[in-house]
This record gives sequence, C-alpha cells and structure tokens, in this order.
Amino acid sequence: MPGSILASVWLVPALPLAGFVMNGALALLRPGSKRAVSVIGVGVLAAAFALAVAVVLELARRHPEAPLVFHYWPWLPVGPLRVDYALQLDPLSGVMLLVVTGISALIHLYSVGYMHDDPGYARYFAELNLFVFFMLTLVLGASFPVMFVGWEGVGLCSYLLIAFWFNEKINADAGLKAFIVNRIGDFGFLVAMLLIFRHTGSLDFTDVFARAPTAFTAGDRTITAITLLLFLGCTGKSAQIPLYTWLPDAMQGPTPVSALIHAATMVTAGVYLVARCAVLFALSPVASAVVAGVGALTALFAATIGLKQWDIKKVLAYSTISQLGYMFLGVGSGAYAAGIFHLTTHAFFKALLFLGAGSVIHAMHRAYHATHSHEDAQDMRNMGGLKAHLPWTCGLMWIATLAIAGVPPLSGFFSKDEILGAAFARGAAQPAWYVFWGLGLVAALCTAFYMTRLMLYTFHGLNRTGDAERAQLHEAPWVMTGPLLVLGVLTTLGGVLNLPPLLGGGERLEHWLEPVTEGAARLAPVLSPAPGIEGLLIGVAVAVALAGLVGAWRLLDLERLVPARLAPPERGLGRLLWKKYYIDELYAALIVRPVVWMSREVLWRLVDQRLVDGVGVNGAARVSRALGWVGSQMQTGELGFYVMLFVAGVVVVLGAAVR
Amino acid sequence: MLLGPSLFVSAVLFTLGVAGVLLRRNAIVIFMCVELMLNAVNLTFIALAQTLGVAGQIIVFFVMAVAAAEAAVGLAIILAIFRHRATLNLERINLLKG
Repeated sequence: MPGSILASVWLVPALPLAGFVMNGALALLRPGSKRAVSVIGVGVLAAAFALAVAVVLELARRHPEAPLVFHYWPWLPVGPLRVDYALQLDPLSGVMLLVVTGISALIHLYSVGYMHDDPGYARYFAELNLFVFFMLTLVLGASFPVMFVGWEGVGLCSYLLIAFWFNEKINADAGLKAFIVNRIGDFGFLVAMLLIFRHTGSLDFTDVFARAPTAFTAGDRTITAITLLLFLGCTGKSAQIPLYTWLPDAMQGPTPVSALIHAATMVTAGVYLVARCAVLFALSPVASAVVAGVGALTALFAATIGLKQWDIKKVLAYSTISQLGYMFLGVGSGAYAAGIFHLTTHAFFKALLFLGAGSVIHAMHRAYHATHSHEDAQDMRNMGGLKAHLPWTCGLMWIATLAIAGVPPLSGFFSKDEILGAAFARGAAQPAWYVFWGLGLVAALCTAFYMTRLMLYTFHGLNRTGDAERAQLHEAPWVMTGPLLVLGVLTTLGGVLNLPPLLGGGERLEHWLEPVTEGAARLAPVLSPAPGIEGLLIGVAVAVALAGLVGAWRLLDLERLVPARLAPPERGLGRLLWKKYYIDELYAALIVRPVVWMSREVLWRLVDQRLVDGVGVNGAARVSRALGWVGSQMQTGELGFYVMLFVAGVVVVLGAAVR
Repeated sequence: MLLGPSLFVSAVLFTLGVAGVLLRRNAIVIFMCVELMLNAVNLTFIALAQTLGVAGQIIVFFVMAVAAAEAAVGLAIILAIFRHRATLNLERINLLKG
C-alpha cells in the first residue's frame, strides 16, 4: 500500500498532536495571541477531517475483508510479547475516524466563539487538540496496549478540561472525581488485557480475535471474566451503572468540552471497545446479558433522574448516560452495527444539544455579566421565553430534541428503533431481553418527556431572566451558530446511513461494518424481528415518543415556574429524583468516607506517622543515639580507666591466643 | 643458661610496671613504670637471644632508641601539662570525656 493515501493515516492523529505542541508553546510563551491559536487549533482539525474523509473514501473503494494494519515502530518487545506502535484501518475505525474528526472540527470552531474572552484560550485549545490526538489513537490503535494509551490519554484530557477553571474548588473536585472513578474502570481493562495475553499469547487485535474461538470455549469462566472486566472499563469510561456518577459532575467544564468529550466522543469509547471485541463478547452469553442489562437499566435510571434536574447541562448529562445505556443495550444484544449507528447519530444530536445549551448559557452569562448579577446562568428556572432572543438555537435544538425522542424521520428514531428491535428479537430466545426491551421503551418515554421539558422551560413561556437582563440576551456569533447548523443537517439526515429494508433502505452501515462483526455473527447470530412484528415495534416506539412529547406539553405548567432563587424546595418523589436517588450520598457513605477514613486514620496517622515515621525513621535515630550514649559513657577522661580497659583487652586477646 | 630466672625477673618487672601504671596517679611515676615495662621486655629479648639468635639483641637497641625518643617527647608533654594545670595528678586531668 505504500504510495496510497491509506499509508498516510498516521497523519490524522499526528495533526492534532502538532496542534497541541504549537498551541501548548503559545500558551506558555504568548498566551495573548488568540488569532494564531484559533488558526492552528481549528486548522489542524479541519486538515485532519479532510484527510480522514480521503482515507475512508479510499478504504470504501477497496473495502478489504481484513483490517489494514500499519506498523510504525516496535514499542514493547518483551520476551514472547511483541507490541508494535501500529494503527489499524477497518470499517469500524473508519466510522469512528469520521465521527471523531468531524465533530471535533465543528466543536473547535464553536469554541473560537464560546471561549473568546477566556484568559486561558491558548491552554484550552492545546488541551482540546491533545484530546483529539488521544481519541484518534484510541480508535485507530491496532492492539490493546495502543488503544489503552489512547484510553488513558483521553481520561487525562477529560480531567484537565473538566477542571479547566481550576481556581474554583468545585471544578477541581469534579475533575478529580472523573479521574478517580475512571481509574476503577481502567483497572478492569488492564486486568482483562493481561488475561487476554495469558490465554491467547498476543495483544494485537487481529491475532487475538483470530485465536479467540479456539483459545476459549464459549461460555467459559475465563472468557466471561475477561469480557466482564473489559465491561468494567466501559462502565467507567462510558458512565454506566455503577460508575456513572462522574459524568454529571463533569459538566463543570466548559460547554464545548461537555459536547465533545462528555457526549459525542470519549464517553462512546466503551461502546467502541465492546464492538471492537465483538468476538470475545459473542463467546460469553453471560457477559452479553450483563452488558445489555446494565445498558437498559442505566438508560431508564438516568432518564428518570433527568426528569427533575434544573441545570440545563445536568439534564443533558443524564440524557447522555441514558443514551449510552441504549448503545450498550444494542451491542449487548449482538446488534453491533445498531450500537455504532446510535453512537454516530447520538454524536450528531447530542453535540447539537450541548452546543445549543452552550449558546443559551453564553447568552445568559453575558446578560448577567452585563448587569453584574450573580444568578445561575445554567438554571432553567432563570430562563424561559428565550425563543424570541435565540431563534436559531431554539429551532435547531428542537430538531435535536425530536431526534433524541425518536420521532421519524430524524436520525435518532432509526438508531434507537434498531436497538429496541434487536433487543426484542433476542427476547424470543432469552426472555430476559423482553425485560431489557421494556426498560428501554420506558426510558424512551422519559427521554421524550425530559427533553420536551427542557425545551419548554428554556425557550417557551414567559422570560424569567430579569427585566434588566432581558435586553442583553442575544443570539451567539456565526462561529457558534454555524456548527449548530451543520449538526442540525446531520441530525436530520443521519438516519440515511442505515435505513432498514422495511423502509426501503439498504442498511448501508450494517453492510459496511460486516467485516468487523461477521466473526461475532458466526458465533452468535444477530437476530432481527419478523417484518410484521418490526412494523408493530416501530409503531409502538413512535407512539411512546409522541406520548412523551405531548405528555410533557400538557402536564408541565409554565406559568407556575419561578426563578431559581424564589423556587420552593422539592417534595416527595420529585425530591428523590432531584437528589439523583441520593446515589452520590450513598457512595460517599459506603465508599468515599470509609476510604478517606482508612487513608487518614489508618494509612496516614497509624501506618505512616506511627509506624514508618515513628518506629522506622525516628526509631532508627533513637537506637543510634542510645548506642552513642552507651559509647560516650566509656569516655570518662580518666587515663587509669582507659589503661585498665586496655590491659583487660590485652589479657583477653592473649588468653584467647594462648588457648 | 639462667633462662628461667631471667624470664622470671622480666615477668616480675613487667607486672610491677603494669601495676604502677594502673595504680599510681602521678604522671611522672606512670612514665617511669612505662620505662620499667620496656626494660622488662628488653631483658626478655636478651634472655631469649641466647638460644634464638642475635636478632633479639639488635631489637633491644631499637627499643632503647625509641624509649629515649619517647622520654624526650613524654617529659616535654608532662612539663607542658604542669605549666598549664599546676598538677600532675592524672585524676584531675580529665577534660576530654564524653
């Protein structure tokens, strides 16, 4: 392949890395040079996206059955283990390549407007560029360790960007929480990696997946352990039960960061991992059921919390967790293409929603800034009636809302419907999947409800921002609305990627991904519902979505809403949801506080201060001093005593010699 | 030829020297006792030289030379101490202690 455009795939991650180096240097040397930073930051992403398009087009032209692996240099040659720094191009990484570079380019452009007045502008773009580099390493890596480098790298960048405004403690704490919770999941990934090497003798994707069917017996304890440990990594990175708690807190970062890292790309890494390891998961029915079950449960659980949040970004955060749950329900049901399809459409509409929310917050923040008010610019109770002030944002966010709710013919409808259909079809063989399907359906109802609620509270009814502030509310500049517009088009048309045959489509994405998923499909065939039932399922899904929309429209009373500072406290079930089921408090009581107590009282006060410092360090000093004291007592200064000792010594030595 | 009595006298002289060093307090007397021990050793060398060869007698000259040098240095030190402290009682010369 030398000479072909495919060989230059290394440039795609290298460009953002170069952007990071240049922007990092500017951040250190000339933080004020915003024009250069913008040109570099957005330029490298635009170039990377263009190159990615060219690469994927060439890949589509050849459509090779086996993944194309490019080895660059030997990285870990240790005994029988040989890991190269190698990138892999196949249909799956091609899709991820386009999603990551495309959405990143749009969000970088948006950030030019959103972060314009921030003193940390250069640092922001440097870190965002670095994130894209690691994300591309993650999706392009041809082996588990290379992927793990990207996996850890995006975690690092996530931490840096959540705590971007680190001079406020709440932001720094949110960053730490994300990092620490992710470490728990990463531990699972690492152990799974070691187990894979132990049983297959390799860590390269192609080798592992080729040897897996012979190295493991299906349903074996080993393969179940491996896949469950991998899934533990996914629950951390992709915010699933039980490790989802970091994602809502991650909203402390700048809004474009939430859109890029915590909605469109990084959090989908777990779904990508499961799809990548489809062969392994297909070998373990238990793990597949766990993946689907956790996904369905998370989808519903997070959606119910989203019903009662007031912070516009928190609603979207729980919505993201819920939608990630759908993706896991899809890949857990064996419908890997459906999961990746939802990943793609979700990247479109959730990025649109977050960036729209960013526009709203931008406008609110500027209005409050102009009047020196300290009201919360993210609380929906302070918004209302923004339609008149932000017409573009409002219209585009409505498109995304209908898409996420699952209203045809927008993109979210097709992807969500495919996942639910796959889960239902699996139910014929294993009834547990009917339960998962039911959970998903109820979650869809909640999704439609909370998204309509968000839109109504934000854009409709009377404005509650304040009389002085109202005149200051303006639509964002074109660098921010432009990306919104592009995402709006993608959200509307994204369904074309994978139209089901029932609706006259060719399931293009599914066929495109076949080289990746066929290994798993041979082990555990993908089921799809009978055409008659499929039509019925689509009808049910649409009815549920509309019920949620209309229900929210009818049930919510916009007139009764008052600004946040006047709002009465929640009661009953509403309070339970508003407090997020007290899960954070539960974790704090069961895990955080015992660990902190253990660290402070046992490890610090007892082990470190008493044992290491007291017994070890100071103890050694005390023993030497005592010995020194004994020795110094013999130095009496009296010559007679010295002579006596000397004579006694001579007598002893001579006595010993004579004997 | 008189080896046993010679060694006996030598042992007695040496023991007297040791006892003097251990028991007396005056620096000059201790110094004299050290000389006594040196001469006891010289007597042993002479006595044994009769059977073991002439080397013992040569060593005696070395010992006498060293003893003379030692007497010069030692008496000078004793004199210096006396000038400073106005005493030669070693129990009272005990500044260097732990």
